[in-house]
Order: sequence, then structure tokens, then C-alpha cells
Amino acid sequence: MKATFRIWRQRGPHDAGGFVRYTVDDARPETTLLEELDRLNEGLVSRGEPPVAFDSDCREGICGACGIVVDGRPHGPLPGTTTCMLPLRAFRDGATITLEPLRTGAFPVVRDLVVDRGVLDRVVKAGGYVSVRAGSAPEANTIPVTRAAAERALDAAACIGCGACVAACPNGSAALFIGAKLRHLGLLPQGQPERARRTQALVAAADREPLGGCSLHGECEAVCPKGIGLDVIAAMNRDHLADTLAAWWRGA
Amino acid sequence: MTLRDAAAPSGPIASRWERRRAELELVGPTRRRQHHVLVVGAGLAGASAAATLSELGHRVRCLTFHDSPRRAHSVAAQGGINAAKNYGNDGDSVERLFHDTLEGGDFRSRESNVYRLAELSARIVDQAVAQGVPFAREYGGHLANRSFGGALVSRTFYARGQTGQQLLLGAYQALAKEEATGGVTMLARREMLDLVVVDGRARGLIARDLVSGTLETHIADAVVLATGGYANIYFLSTNGKASNATAIWRAYRRGAALANPGFVQFHPTCLPAASEHQAKLTLMSESLRNDGRLWVPIRPGDDRRPNDVPEVERDYFLERRYPRYGNLVPRDLGSRAAKAVCDDGRGVGPGRRAVYLDLSEATERLGEDALRDRYGNLFQMYEHITGDDPLRIPMRIAPAPHYTMGGLWVDYDLMSTIPGLFVLGEANFSDHGANRLGASALMQGLADGYFILPYTLGGYLAGARLAPVAEDCAEARAARATVETRLHRLLARQGRRSASDFHRALGRLLWDACGLERSRPGLTKVIEEVAALRDAFWEDVMVPGDGRELNQELERAGRVADFLELGELMCRDALAREESCGCHFRVEHQTEDGEARRDDQVFSHVAAWVPGAPGRGSERLVEPLAFETMAPSERSYR
Repeated sequence: MKATFRIWRQRGPHDAGGFVRYTVDDARPETTLLEELDRLNEGLVSRGEPPVAFDSDCREGICGACGIVVDGRPHGPLPGTTTCMLPLRAFRDGATITLEPLRTGAFPVVRDLVVDRGVLDRVVKAGGYVSVRAGSAPEANTIPVTRAAAERALDAAACIGCGACVAACPNGSAALFIGAKLRHLGLLPQGQPERARRTQALVAAADREPLGGCSLHGECEAVCPKGIGLDVIAAMNRDHLADTLAAWWRGA
Repeated sequence: MTLRDAAAPSGPIASRWERRRAELELVGPTRRRQHHVLVVGAGLAGASAAATLSELGHRVRCLTFHDSPRRAHSVAAQGGINAAKNYGNDGDSVERLFHDTLEGGDFRSRESNVYRLAELSARIVDQAVAQGVPFAREYGGHLANRSFGGALVSRTFYARGQTGQQLLLGAYQALAKEEATGGVTMLARREMLDLVVVDGRARGLIARDLVSGTLETHIADAVVLATGGYANIYFLSTNGKASNATAIWRAYRRGAALANPGFVQFHPTCLPAASEHQAKLTLMSESLRNDGRLWVPIRPGDDRRPNDVPEVERDYFLERRYPRYGNLVPRDLGSRAAKAVCDDGRGVGPGRRAVYLDLSEATERLGEDALRDRYGNLFQMYEHITGDDPLRIPMRIAPAPHYTMGGLWVDYDLMSTIPGLFVLGEANFSDHGANRLGASALMQGLADGYFILPYTLGGYLAGARLAPVAEDCAEARAARATVETRLHRLLARQGRRSASDFHRALGRLLWDACGLERSRPGLTKVIEEVAALRDAFWEDVMVPGDGRELNQELERAGRVADFLELGELMCRDALAREESCGCHFRVEHQTEDGEARRDDQVFSHVAAWVPGAPGRGSERLVEPLAFETMAPSERSYR
């Protein structure tokens, strides 16, 4: 098939960027978009031109390294699909395919399609964990966990940290990402002792970063390749409100 | 030259680790804060080690070449993690897990290490559950198990088909917790390019900041490598695109012995390659063999659709060859049996390189919903890639390079032949012998990181008298100069071929000559071909741009250059081992039934390679394996 790639090229964080067009007339619909980009890059390299920089590693939708805005949508047109799993057959023959980095104030562009998503790690560092030291864990079956809680926790823990939700949000909010982490740990008995503290800490950490507030647009849910829904944000807001009120009631 | 003693304790096997822990000296809590440790890699082994060392009070710097520790390729492990909990009440025990792992590895691993791994397995699951890893549960709220290859008991804990991801998030969160305390400093997008050895001890490393291109010297009291395996050397493998051997190969070049480099596992259940420009191969978890039956048509060249082939015209080849274990034989046997039927012309799909994995019997027995509960995300991935629904049409699968049992040689304390250099997880060679059983890699990486290294590294630091080392010491300057020269050579060549082009060519050579089957003529020839390809690489490689910026092609070229050296050593190792064992199948050494024929008289040892003097080839040293607890037997899964 024929395809024209319109790709954002930007040498470094402080350089001006722009779109460059590359046309291929022998793309194969059964390959993935990133495989076609690999091929395009090999051609550029063998001609001595710098290849298009982009992040990707596992190529099976689990590591979260990839994340390209394809035709205006993070991870492209197919729902529930990471960029690395996007087949070319999702596009029509002769299509112009626009590739841009995840664009949001909190993710500075490093080069071409590569962005810095370090903000997501910084938010987790604020408290997105259970404080348990190696060696101090009780026997695994000591605390039963209902099957429903484990399954729902896993639904939230399926987040791959790709940052598509932040890039899709008109406010640049990371509420879906943070809500997913809080929901994962908040549904399990092991997460209860720190639940209130964790919620406060993550929300406060997000406030310190150049991330926007959530106004429930729902764009995040639409682009999440792992199907994480707005319910995790509702749960976060409920926990946050309940804890804030409780603190107020205690006179804190 | 002789290999340092493995320093495994003697005496009753069940109390060896306990005795070693009692012998190891401890570092006082205030002194721990003065000890700096470098951890390279932030997958299961690296993240768990870095977090645990920090919990003990050491100061840790942890490097990853990814943008975040959560991307490490451990994330892609699907099926599960073994632990000798005996929750199934089906006769499991530490002894049985030890036995299965040692036999699964075809008696080419160190007894003491394997026993310790089995012993620690249960605590890993305890630790993960406490961290909030959402393992699958029974309706009563207790942990669920499934079966994996090479075992007759059900001891694998899992979180759907994404167990690696969930365990990695547990370790990643532990790392985040320790970053918050200031004990761990995370350095993302850094690649280790050389090891700094001072007075015979590992004291630091040279890393490249991948964003700015700056070279950095990091000095510490000890260096821990947890940089994964090198199956990516075949170009097409189940590993992540960036998985590489550079850290362990640089350490080898500085004198660390590399053990059994030729031991590479081909995983039987992967999606077959569909095109020449395919970037990698996709794994379909071994857990599918719990419910899936492997078959091919009995008649060669049978092109009917799978559902049109009547039952009597199907060859369930694993059930036929191995009636006792059936579809749950270890991976090496499964892959080789699949290759054998394909070599008979009975393979299916394009090029006849695949076999069917058929879930129809399980669908009838358990219903579709139960199967989707167990393997939902795998089915989605399969359908996404192939367009077929595995519950309607049998899946097509084929073997692919997946895991390297070979790696840097370590003693019982996980220390390499360079004092102060510790190696964890897939990067070391230790516990899986000539074949790793499914669901054992996660177990080993986490045992190394949470429960072994924190003790043994402390013992080393307590006993070592370490003089202060300056960042600009002669050894660090020399290592830095070596790195600079190499980067400059890569950039200066300005040839006509991309590094990936060379990588693909290397992969084809190794796949054919040092893959599922090896032979003396094939290996002899390929050693020359790899050397010629390496020469061609340095003549004709093209790396655009410069080194003072994010330059992914420069990263790639550096890794391929190392693969081109390691590839030759892999083949030399495979050539020197004149026997068949586990994954290493030399066609000259097989039984009448086409099974591997070990030679315990001559080859009951670990082969550890060290670089020779300048101008000389590498030297093969030997660690004899003693089996006191379990006498080596012929593996029997029939």
C-alpha cells in the first residue's frame, strides 16, 4: 500500500520543530506502524540521514514506552491498542498519516517523537506504594482477598504508564493515571493502612507538577489502551473528599 | 588460569543457605550509609535489589536505559511465578521444586544454588502479595495456582497473562518508596558502557547519558549488574527491542568470566514470523499448554484448514512422544519436537514453520468464559495480531529465542570473578542449567534481589578493605577513553549499511547454526562467518548524527557491535560442548529416539570463558558440578 507519513521532527528540546513528509509506496498492511517506521528509519540511516527518534521496546503493548499521537489521537485510531500494536491495515491505501509526540506541558519533547514522562514517576514516588520492607511480609494466604477485589484491582493495575491520558486531556491532567494507581492499591486489604495518606500525597504531588485539574471530559478514558475508566477518578475524588472532611472534623 | 571456587557451603543441602547467612559478616547500620552501590538495570532483579539495599541503609544509584524503571522487559513476562507453597495439596515441597528445576536444567546447574532458589520461592510470593500484587484468587479469597511445563504439581501464581507486569510494578513501587527516602537515586536513560576496575575490584562504571550524550563516571564500593539476557542477539526474539548484552559484555572484556554462553532457550509457543521486516516475535504464554493441545496433520503437505482435519488424521505429537507430561513438557523438548514435525514437512501456515495449539477440547470441558478468565489478554493479543479467534480456530505457534541461561559466571554469593561485581537475574548464569522451566525467571530475579544479594553484598562490604577511589583515577580515565574511542569509531565510519541490517544478518546466521540444533560443521563454519560479518560491520556501518545528543542509532550500533563479538563466543561454547543437554542439542549426540544424550563423564561442568591475553582468543575454564543430593539421571518425561 501507499502511505505518506507526516512526521514531527525536532532536534532537541530547545529547537523549533516542524513536520516532514515521507512517502512510501510498498508498505505492507500486515505490518505494524512502528515496523514501517523502523523500515523508513533504516532507509534514512543508509543514506546518512538522522532517523526519526521514537520510544518503544516490548512491541506487545505492555511496557508503555511507545506513545505517539497518530492522526491527532494518542496511540492512533484503534481503541484499546497501543501505538506498537497498531497495524497499517487500520489506515486506507494512500493515506497521509500524521505522527506527533505526546503533546502536553508536563511532557517536554526530547527529540522528534520522544518525550520526557518523568512526571509520572515523580507522582508515584510521592506515595504510590505499600510501605513494606523485604522480609517483613506475612504468609501470603494470611489475609484473604475476595476474587472480585483482586480482579478489579488488576483492572486498575493494568495501567502501563504510557501517558496517553495526560496527552489527550484538554487540561493536561493525570487524574486517570493517578486514580488507577490509587484504585489498584485502595481495593486491596494490603493497601488500606496508607490509603488516606496515599490519596492526599498523590493528589498534592500532582498539584506541584505542571499538570492540570480534572474536569471529567473523558478524553483520557477514550484513549487509554488498557480500558481504564473514569470510575477510578470518581473513587479518587471520593476518597480525597472523605479524608479531607475527616481531617477537618478532627480539627486538623 | 583457573576459575575461582564457587564457594558454595558444604553439609546438608537444606541448611546451606542458613549457614552461609550466619557466616556472613554484617555491616553496622551507621557504616551502611557510607557504602555506595551502583545497580545497573531496574527490572525485577535490579529494582528489587536496589530497593532492598536502600532499606538496609546503603546508598544506591540505579541506572536504566529506559525512560522509567517500569519499562524493563520483566514487564512482558506473562504466565507466572513458581513457589513451593503446596497450596494445591498435591505433593509440592521445596525438595520437589528443587528436583524439578535441577532436572529441568538437565543437571547443568549448581545444586546449592538451585536448592536455595526453591527454598526462597515461598517468601517471594509473600513479599509480592504484601506489596499489593493482585494475583489471581479462588472464590474463598485464597491464592490460585496453575501448572507449568516440567512439573506434575500446580505451583504457579499468576495475574492473568500479565504476571511480570504486576511483579515489576511491585518492585518499581518499592524502588519509588526508597527514592522518596533518598536512599535510591534513579538515573534514567543511562547506558553502562564500561566497568571501572581498581586494584582488581569493581569500583565503578562509565555510563552515557542517552539524552545529552555526556559520558559520566560513577564510582562506588560495589557494582551490581541486573541487565537481563541476550536472546535479542538473534534479531528476532521475544525480548524487547532494546534488550542487549552490552553491560555484561563490557564486564567480560574487563575480565569477568561468562558462563555457558551457548545455552539459549527457544520458547515453543510464540507467534510465527510473518514478514522480513518484522521487528520481533510475540510470545504466547506457556500457561496455554495447560489447556491447549499441540498438533499437526499426520500427512505431510496437508493444506486443509485445521477444523477440516478429522481427529484421526491429527498427530498430537507431544502427547504421543511424552505420554506422562504430554503438552506440559519442558520448553526445550517442546520446541525441538515442534521443529522435528516441521522438518518432516508437516508444519502449518506460511513456510510450514508452525504447529497448532488447539483449545477446543478445553473449551468443551470448561466453557469459553472460564478460558477467557484465564487467558483473556492473550486471546486479545493473538486476535489483534492474526485476526483469528483462538476459541474458533486453533492458534498457530512456533519456537522463538526467549531466554538465555548463559550469563556472567557468579559464585554462591552472586559475585562474578571480579570481586565487587555482582550479577543478578537473567544476566547471570546461575540457576537454570541448560534449560529454564517456565515461571522460574521471575522467581530467580526476585530471589536474587530481595533475599540473596542484600546479605551477600553486605558480607563483601564488611570484609573488604576498600581504599577511596577518585572519579578521575587512572583506571576510570582509561575506561572512559576506551568508551570514547569506540563511540568515535562508530560515528566516524560513515559506511552504507545500518546497524539493524548487520543485526538481521547475524541473527540469521546464529538461528541456523546455533539455534535449536547445532552441529560441528555448522558451528565451525558460522564462527568464520560471524567474524567476517564483524569485519564488514566495522568497514561499512553507517551511524548518522553525532554523540552529543539523543542518538538512537548510535545506541543500536554499539549494541550490535557487542552482539557481533558475543555471537562468536556463543558458537565457540556450543562447539566445545561435545554433548547434548537441555537446550543445547548437538545432532552428533542424540539417542535413537532423537533425544539429547548427555555426557556426564566429560561435560558435567559449567564452561566459563574469560578473555585471553591481547591477541589471543578467549579461554575456556571449567567449574565441575558435584551432585550430592540428587544423582543425575536421564531426563524422562515419557
